[in-house]
Amino acid sequence: MNVSYRWLSEYIDLSGISPQELAEKLTRGGIEIDNVPSRNLGVSKVVVGYVKSREKHPDADKLSVCTVDAGQETDLQIVCGAPNVAAGQKVPVALVGAKLPGGLEIKRAKLRGVESQGMICSARELGINDKLLPKELQEGIWPLPEESRIGDDILELLALDDAVLELDLTPNRSDCLSMLGVAYEVSALTGRPVRLPNPERELFSTTDKASDHVKVAVEAAELCSQYSARYIKGVKIGPAPLWMQNRLIAAGIRPISNIVDITNYVMLEYGQPMHAFDAGKVAGGRIEVRLAREGETLVSLDGVERKLDPHMLVIADAEKAIGLAGVMGGLNSEVTTETTDIILESAKFDGGSVRRTSRQLGLRSEASSRFEKEVDPGRVTAALDRAAALMARYCGGTVAEGVAEVVVSTPAPVVIDLALSRINGMLGTELSTLEVSTLLSRLGFEMESQEEGKWRVTVPSRRGDITRDVDLVEEVARLYGYDEIPTTPIEGPTTTGALTQAQAIRRELRRVMTHAGVQEAICYSVTSRESAKMFPELSETARPIELAMPMSEERSVLRTVMLPSLLEAASYNLSRKNNDLALFEIGSVYHSDEPVLTRLPREKPRLALLLTGHVRSAGWNRKAEPADFYDAKGLLEAAFDRLGLSPAITFEAARPQGFHPGRTAAVKLQGARGPETIGYVGQLHPDLQRAFDLPDTFVAEIELTPVYEQANRRIEYRTLPRFPSVERDLAVVVDHAVAGGALTEAIRGAAGELLEDVSVFDVYTGERLGAGKKSVALALVYRHPERTLTDEEVTESYAKVLTELEQSFGAELRK
Amino acid sequence: MKDRLEALRREALDRLQTVDDAAALNDLRVHYLGKKGQLTEILRGMGGLTAEERPIIGQVANEVRAAIEEVIAQKQELFDRAETTRRLQAETIDVTLPGKVPAVGAVHPLNKVAQEIEDIFIGMGYSIAEGPEVETDYFNFEALNLPKNHPARDMQDSFYITDEILLRTHTSPVQIRTMKEMNGRTPVKVICPGKVYRRDDDDATHSFMFHQIEGLVIGPNIRMSDLKGTLLQFVREMYGPQMQIRLRPSFFPFTEPSAEVDVTCVRCGGQGCRMCKQTGWIEILGCGMVHPKVLEHGGYDPAEVTGFAFGMGVERIALLKYEIDDIRHFYANDVRFLKQFARM
Repeated sequence: MNVSYRWLSEYIDLSGISPQELAEKLTRGGIEIDNVPSRNLGVSKVVVGYVKSREKHPDADKLSVCTVDAGQETDLQIVCGAPNVAAGQKVPVALVGAKLPGGLEIKRAKLRGVESQGMICSARELGINDKLLPKELQEGIWPLPEESRIGDDILELLALDDAVLELDLTPNRSDCLSMLGVAYEVSALTGRPVRLPNPERELFSTTDKASDHVKVAVEAAELCSQYSARYIKGVKIGPAPLWMQNRLIAAGIRPISNIVDITNYVMLEYGQPMHAFDAGKVAGGRIEVRLAREGETLVSLDGVERKLDPHMLVIADAEKAIGLAGVMGGLNSEVTTETTDIILESAKFDGGSVRRTSRQLGLRSEASSRFEKEVDPGRVTAALDRAAALMARYCGGTVAEGVAEVVVSTPAPVVIDLALSRINGMLGTELSTLEVSTLLSRLGFEMESQEEGKWRVTVPSRRGDITRDVDLVEEVARLYGYDEIPTTPIEGPTTTGALTQAQAIRRELRRVMTHAGVQEAICYSVTSRESAKMFPELSETARPIELAMPMSEERSVLRTVMLPSLLEAASYNLSRKNNDLALFEIGSVYHSDEPVLTRLPREKPRLALLLTGHVRSAGWNRKAEPADFYDAKGLLEAAFDRLGLSPAITFEAARPQGFHPGRTAAVKLQGARGPETIGYVGQLHPDLQRAFDLPDTFVAEIELTPVYEQANRRIEYRTLPRFPSVERDLAVVVDHAVAGGALTEAIRGAAGELLEDVSVFDVYTGERLGAGKKSVALALVYRHPERTLTDEEVTESYAKVLTELEQSFGAELRK
Repeated sequence: MKDRLEALRREALDRLQTVDDAAALNDLRVHYLGKKGQLTEILRGMGGLTAEERPIIGQVANEVRAAIEEVIAQKQELFDRAETTRRLQAETIDVTLPGKVPAVGAVHPLNKVAQEIEDIFIGMGYSIAEGPEVETDYFNFEALNLPKNHPARDMQDSFYITDEILLRTHTSPVQIRTMKEMNGRTPVKVICPGKVYRRDDDDATHSFMFHQIEGLVIGPNIRMSDLKGTLLQFVREMYGPQMQIRLRPSFFPFTEPSAEVDVTCVRCGGQGCRMCKQTGWIEILGCGMVHPKVLEHGGYDPAEVTGFAFGMGVERIALLKYEIDDIRHFYANDVRFLKQFARM
């Protein structure tokens, strides 16, 4: 809603309050004002001139030479390029020395050898938004009404000496979609009274009766609580008075004709949308408010044919639909220059119904935006009378006596019990009875005192948003001033705040990863259908959940797997020459097996990891270290170790889709029911590497719920060993396929309790070993907690280990 | 014999005087004091001495030995020191060359900011509650006093999956879930961080997916003044003790009274700059007293308890904090961007 400051001052005294101050006051009171642009964008010394004559320019086809009386000592000779300039017109004339928006200064000049003593202006040159003017006036100069006085300042004539308050209204304050509503608000903030417009009922006829010309029937009574119509005879269609057009333009509404402009003007004034039908086109003089018929269509005023649904409310005559109730009129009953008689509508339509219709048709109008927030039932008749009177005054019409109407119901005023203790209790204030009743009375709320500190408050019908006592508490608070509310600490029992286990682990994972040089990424949870198919084992059996109305194909389903988004992030980085990447993300995937969701999906928290390029870049004293499988695995091992999960974690060779079949491990966590796969770590399959234009890339994706559940944060301290350990190295030759992990596990099983640790320290393949063979070197550490080991004990265990390796793996001791 | 010893001393000291390396020094030591050295050689003649002469000659011999040893020791130390100096010189490196810096990653700036906010509220006794991102219409709208066809639903166009299930448009449904879980108990003191989704076209200030953190406090006597106190404390811990807050009346269907909160512009300190459009204030969050209908949906009696709630966009806080020009940077995951947030 754009509010002209000058127009507003007609309803409330604004003296001593500048537009900026008013904007600040309203904003602090809850009606946010973004901007207060001046309507004058830098115009000075532009006056009304009369074009006495127009001659063709001797040397230029497109120019003409005008003699203009601009109220100066002598007539001015002005060269003009506009095709529509003509003798006999009143036009805006920028005198020599005038300034125009954009810093243009008018000087005496010669145009193709002819002197020009000023400039005849278009609307745009005056800084007026010419989109609000008819097409023909956008092209050339702006002819002014004949009655304009020569020499008058254009700023005054076009009311440019004004500022516009651009209201950014919250949905509850639709009462401020009208000048009167804003005036009431200003009144409450300033204590000054509101001056209501006078709907000059004395202008109405006393003989001719509206009911003789128009009958109203409301069929869909639940969607229309009141429909009122007046009949105006013998109007002459023409432009509305300039002052009214100025105000419409200030409000951002295009002037069209006197009748239409008046309906818009009164809508802006009262917040009540109105519609004028050409009575001559309303069959049978009958207005019906009914639901659309099956298959019915209507061409709306914008010329578009609309297919109507049976839930849509229409206005119809005896034969056909002539308007979409509360949204837009029909072309078939439009007011045109031939129109002489008018049926003027003012009604209250159900907000939800208007909203639904306008959304479904994609047709929003000034009217629908007001109806859908519920108009003030108390103003339907007042606005109707006001508009009818304006038509009598400015369109030469005669308003028939009486109103043709159906009033289905008049809502009872809202009455609310309010207690002072409630206000102070909610706000933390110490307001007195007098302060509260003063504040609420300023808003026009009727305060009926009950016992001390209690009221029955009657809410005026314009404030449909006020329905319960907390709404009144807010009114008190905002008028009293939010700044005046004290600042206090919460009273009551103290509470301790802490992270949950999952939250704490999530942060720990972030620490482990970032301390190891991995950057945290956040990717969109909405992705393409294709990406769901890349890693079926990680997507499990889930069907991608589709958005009903996605914004694009790339973001049409919820992700069932995390890695594709990290791959995209990697591609993005590589195309920017960020070649060494270590990225992780902690996020969710969304799994459901239902084709159409009836329950919420499972949101599974996961960790995803990606390495490509080098894990350590080259320096002056070291070589770059390319990322490999063991970097990715090592990061996971570090994380599991920090969470106390190492003993329960195993890595087993696996071949899930999307991964390199020879370089991938399933990550298994020992659960109550044995080891369970909680994710995979491996090299990306070469096909995917190619698809994403990536070099060798190592990735992992791990389910976090079991990690959260089983993480063991307890630190179990063990005293330091008091006896020395004995170390034995062992190198065995085995088949290439024998897993190192299997060897160490077998050794742990065979060596007995004295074995403290076993680790692989070298793996070697070479011709001397024979094809398909490798040598694995292992370091065994023995220790007894209570005494020094004897050589015999170690040798005995070592022999058992060797036997086990020979029997289970065909291992040979390497000499 | 005594003369021979004296002569040996003179000769040895003379020769030692001119020695200039450790090897030659060692040769001389062996030559004079070694098992087969000169001194030993002379002393072999001790057998021919009388009992009276022997101790005298013995003393002289010891003196000669001591004198030679002392000079050798001095020389040795000199040579050692020179050797050390030489070695240190040879080992000198260019300390201006770069060190071996361990790679360090950064927590994503949005999570970094969120963690900071979480920590402040944990310090104030809040727990952290989380809820699903895919929500029912009931939790996302209805229970928050946004019935179907409510005009306020326009404020946040949503991604629906079915008529009843959608991507949550705010973290407020977690408030309802928390209330139901608390089962009527007080006090409730939680903050709810998480991802939310709205049908916005992405541009420099909008992202269809973004992060919110909401707070909810419910108790028998929670006042709007407590809300102001809480927010002031939060803002001062987040941005510094000089911060002020300003509440402006606003509208949210789930709170009444409602307010938008401005804080002292973090860039100009309230003087007025381009970022705050010369007002000295920056809007950072919305808040209000929990609407009675919301309390009822959560299982509380609005006559018995009151509460306040507040919510902020993590992106907005991060954009302001780091003066980032475009919200899309948060989701492009360009490592040149991410790495900038590794600092503590």
